[in-house]
Amino acid sequence: MTATHAISFTINGQPHEAAVEPRLLLVDYLRQHMDLTGTHVGCEHGVCGACTILMDGKPVRSCIMLAVQADGHELTTVEGLAEGPDNMHPLQEAFWEAHGLQCGFCTPGFLMTLKPYLEEHPDANEDDIRHAISGNLCRCTGYQHIVDAALLGAKKMHAK
Amino acid sequence: MATRYFGERIKRNEDPKLLTGQALFVDDVNLPGMLHIAFVRSPYAHARIKSVDATEARALEGVEALYTAEDLGDYWRTGVLNVGTPPIEGAVFHERLHPIIAKDKVRHVGEIVACVVAENRYIAEDAANLIMVDYEPLPVHIDPKKAMEDRATLIHDDLDSNLAAHVVQHKGDYAKARQQADVVIEREFVYDRGTAAAMENRGIVAEWDAKAGKLTMWDTTQAPVIIRNGIAGMLGLSEHQVRLIAPFIGGGFGPKILMFYPEEMLLPWIAMGLNRPVKWIEDRNENFYATTQERGQTHVSEIALKQDGTILGVKDTFWHDNGAYDPYGLTIPINTQCTLLGMYRVPNYSTEFTAVFTNKPITSPYRGAGRQHGVFVMERLLDVAAKELGMDKAEIRRKNFIPPDDFPHKHQIIYQDFSELTYDSGNYGPILDKALELIDYQNFYRTRKPQAEKEGKRLGLGLVCYVEGTGIGPYEGARIQVQANGRVSVATGIGTQGQGHYTSYAQIVAEQLGVPVDQIDLVTGDTDQFHWGVGTFASRGAVVAGNAIHAAAKRVRQKILDKAIEEFEGEVSQDQLELVDGHVQILGNPDTAIPLGELAQRANPMRGAVKPGTEPGLEATDYFGPEMGATASGVHAMIVEVDPETMMIDIKKYAVVHDCGEVINPLILDGQIHGGVAQGLGNAFYEELVFDEMGQITNASFMDFLLPTALDVPRMDTAHTVTPSPLNPLGTKGAGEAGAIPVGPLFAQAIEDALGLEGFEIREIPLSPRRLWELVEEHKAK
Repeated sequence: MTATHAISFTINGQPHEAAVEPRLLLVDYLRQHMDLTGTHVGCEHGVCGACTILMDGKPVRSCIMLAVQADGHELTTVEGLAEGPDNMHPLQEAFWEAHGLQCGFCTPGFLMTLKPYLEEHPDANEDDIRHAISGNLCRCTGYQHIVDAALLGAKKMHAK
Repeated sequence: MATRYFGERIKRNEDPKLLTGQALFVDDVNLPGMLHIAFVRSPYAHARIKSVDATEARALEGVEALYTAEDLGDYWRTGVLNVGTPPIEGAVFHERLHPIIAKDKVRHVGEIVACVVAENRYIAEDAANLIMVDYEPLPVHIDPKKAMEDRATLIHDDLDSNLAAHVVQHKGDYAKARQQADVVIEREFVYDRGTAAAMENRGIVAEWDAKAGKLTMWDTTQAPVIIRNGIAGMLGLSEHQVRLIAPFIGGGFGPKILMFYPEEMLLPWIAMGLNRPVKWIEDRNENFYATTQERGQTHVSEIALKQDGTILGVKDTFWHDNGAYDPYGLTIPINTQCTLLGMYRVPNYSTEFTAVFTNKPITSPYRGAGRQHGVFVMERLLDVAAKELGMDKAEIRRKNFIPPDDFPHKHQIIYQDFSELTYDSGNYGPILDKALELIDYQNFYRTRKPQAEKEGKRLGLGLVCYVEGTGIGPYEGARIQVQANGRVSVATGIGTQGQGHYTSYAQIVAEQLGVPVDQIDLVTGDTDQFHWGVGTFASRGAVVAGNAIHAAAKRVRQKILDKAIEEFEGEVSQDQLELVDGHVQILGNPDTAIPLGELAQRANPMRGAVKPGTEPGLEATDYFGPEMGATASGVHAMIVEVDPETMMIDIKKYAVVHDCGEVINPLILDGQIHGGVAQGLGNAFYEELVFDEMGQITNASFMDFLLPTALDVPRMDTAHTVTPSPLNPLGTKGAGEAGAIPVGPLFAQAIEDALGLEGFEIREIPLSPRRLWELVEEHKAK
C-alpha cells in the first residue's frame, strides 16, 4: 500500500479532509469516495469535458488532476449548483426548458463550463457560446439546443 | 376542451435528475465490498496464444481473483447469434461467435485474454500489467477483398476461406433492363468504418445475493430483458432470479446492444463465484476495440436509365468488412441492400454482397445500421446520372419518386425483419418541395452561387433523399397503473439511452388518462418492474413500445370509465364522462370530479367483493407487435463553402425535412434529428478510424479521433410532413436514425458542387480536409 497524503479542501461549500494515495485521480476521489457521482468520466484524458468541475471558481478537468492537487482549494461539482432539487440554478432551468440534454452524461460538464463563462459574459452571443463550449463533447444533441439553453441561461442568470 | 398532451413540445420528466447530478448511471453504482475488474486485452490483431503467465499478478496484494480462458472451466463459451439468416434463397452464412475469453488464438486487437479482480481498479490495472502473454503473431487481414483472395491465412481455421456470408437478391430482370437503357452509369464506392463513441463507455456491475438466490446486474445495455433472460440461462438460474437494471445510459446508438458482450457473460459468473459484487467500467481506449463498430463496405454499382431520367434498374455488388466474428448476423448488409432503393421506383434490382471476416473489431448496427451505405450509392449514382443527362438534381429525384398512390409499395426483396421489404406509406413530393424552399434552391443557383463566385468563394449545395425502415417487431409491452396518490406508473421493458422516453411515453398515457405528464412515472430497463420486451434499436421505441403503452393506457382508461360509471351508480354513460387533470367527472361538471387516485383505492377495496370478471385496481398490461416496419423518409439539404486551398469547410445552411408519421413530442424529435445529423456529419467529414496494416487503430483516443464540436455542427432548420403509418394505431414511424443516414452523400454532392471541377467525383466516405486535398490533386494529375 502506498503512503497516503493528508489533504483538505472545500467541496460545494463544505470543508473536507482526506488521506489519499498520491496517484488517486481527483475525479475518482469525488465519485468513489464522496459519492459525488454527478461528475462523469468520458475519455480519461481531458478531452471530452464530462468531468469538468470548478476549482476556485474556474473550470478544470477532474480526470487529469490528482486528488492531492485539490489540497487547499475550493471545489464545486454539479451537485453544488442547485440550491435544492426543486430549486435549480437558472442555467439548469434553461437547459430543461430548451431541451439542452438528451442522455445527460455530458451535461454536468457543460453546466460547469458555462456557469463561470456566462457569469463573466452576460451578453455572449451564439458564436461566443459555441467557442466557450468547444472543449466539451456531446454525442446526442448536435449542440443546437445546448447553445439555445446557454443563451436562455445567460438571460435567466442576469435577470436575477 | 381537455388538454392535449400528444404532439406537444413538453419539457422532459427525466431532466431535473440529470441536471442536478442525481441520475444513476452504471458507473455510479457503489456497493459495499465491491471488487473492480480490469482486462488484459490482445495487442495483436491476429496471433496464437502460446502461454499466459499470471503468477506475479495473482500474488499482488489486493488481487482477489484472476481468470484466463482455462480458469473458466466449463463456463467458457462464446456469445450467441443475435439475428439468424433471413429466408433468402441461396444465402450463405458462416456463424462464428466471439469467445468470452480468447483461447488459443486472438482475431482482433482488444480481445480479452485475462481478467483481473482486485480491491480497486488501480490495483487491477497494476496486476493486468504483470501478466505475461506469449503470442505468435499471424498475418493480418484488414482488407476484405484481400482476405477473400487469401486462402492461406484463415481467421477461422475451420473454414476454407474468410467468407462470412454471401447473399444475392433480385427484383425483376436487371440484365434486360440494362439492354433497354439509354444510359448506364458504373461506379465504385467506398464507405469506411465508424464508431458510435457514446459519451458513456460500457459498464457492468453484478451482485449475487446468495441468501435471496438473486443476481442483480446493472448494465449499459439497450436490451435489458433479453440480456436478463440469456444470463439466467447461462448461469443455470430461472429468469426471475436475475434482475437486470439498465439505468440512465449515456447514449447507445446501437453498439450497446449485443447478445452478449464477453464482459456481460463474465461479470455475473464472477460475482456468483466470489459472492462479492464486481464492477467493470470500459475505458475510452477499450471502447475503440471492445465495443462493436460499423461500416466498411466497397460497392461496385451501376444504374440504368432512360434519356428522360427514368430509372430502369440498379445493380450493386459489395464487399462488407465484417470484423473477426459475426454475432449480429446479416442485419447491416441486408439493411444496405434494402435501403439503397430509397424513395425511388426501381423496377429491376440486382444486389449481391460478400461479407468477409477481417482482423478488426466486430461490427454491429450503429445509428443507420448499414442504411448509410445504400443511400450513398443510390444518391451518388443519381448525381452522376443527372450530370450525364443534363438534368437538375432535384428533378431527377422527383421524377423517380414512388407516387403517393403506390403504397404500400412492395420491393420483392427480404428486409432485416425477415418480411418482404414493403414501404407502408409515404408522400415524397411535399418533402422535397419543403426542402427546396428551406434551402432556397432556385435562388441559390440563380443568384447566390454566381455572386459568391464573383467574390472568389466556392459555394455548393447538396440535396439528398432517403428512407428509413423503422419500428420493426417482434413486440414490446407495458403495464400501467393508477397509484393511490393519483400518480400513474408505467413500466416497460424497452430500455432508454437519452431519447426522452420518460416524457414521450408519458405523453401517450396522459392523452388517454388526462393526467398531466409530470404526474406520470415511467420505469424502463428494470426487469423486476417489467420483464417482457426486446430492446431499443432500429428506431423502434416510439413505434413499438409507444403503441404498446397506448394500448395499455386505453385499457386503463376503460377501467376508469367503468369504475366511474359504477361510482355514479349507473346514472351516466361512458360518453358523458371525461378525464381531466387527474380526475374523472361528468362532462363539464367539475363538482362531480373524482380524483383518479381515490378511484384506484375504491377499485381495490378492503371488504366486499371485486365483481367477477374484473380485476382489482386501475391497472392494465398490453403489448404491440407490428406485422412489419414503418418506413420514414426525408430530404436533407445543405449549403457549404469550401476553401480550395485548405479544403476546410464552412456550412452556411443545413435543412432537414422529415416524415416520421405522427409526432409525439416535436421538441424531442428535433433533438433526435439534430443529434443524428451531428453524428452523420462526424462520419462524413471528421471521424475516420485509421487502421494500420497490423490491425491497430492509430487514433484510438479522443485526442486523435475527432468528434465534431459545437464549432463544427451548424444550426439546423427542421420541418416535418406527416404521413401516418397505417401499421399502428398511433400512426408513428421511427426517427432515431433519420438524422444520420444521408449525410455522407450530402457532403459529397455539396463539396463537388462547391469545387466545380470538371469531372471531379467524390466516391468515398469518410472525407477530411486532407483526403479532399488528395482527391483533388489526384484528379488534377489525370
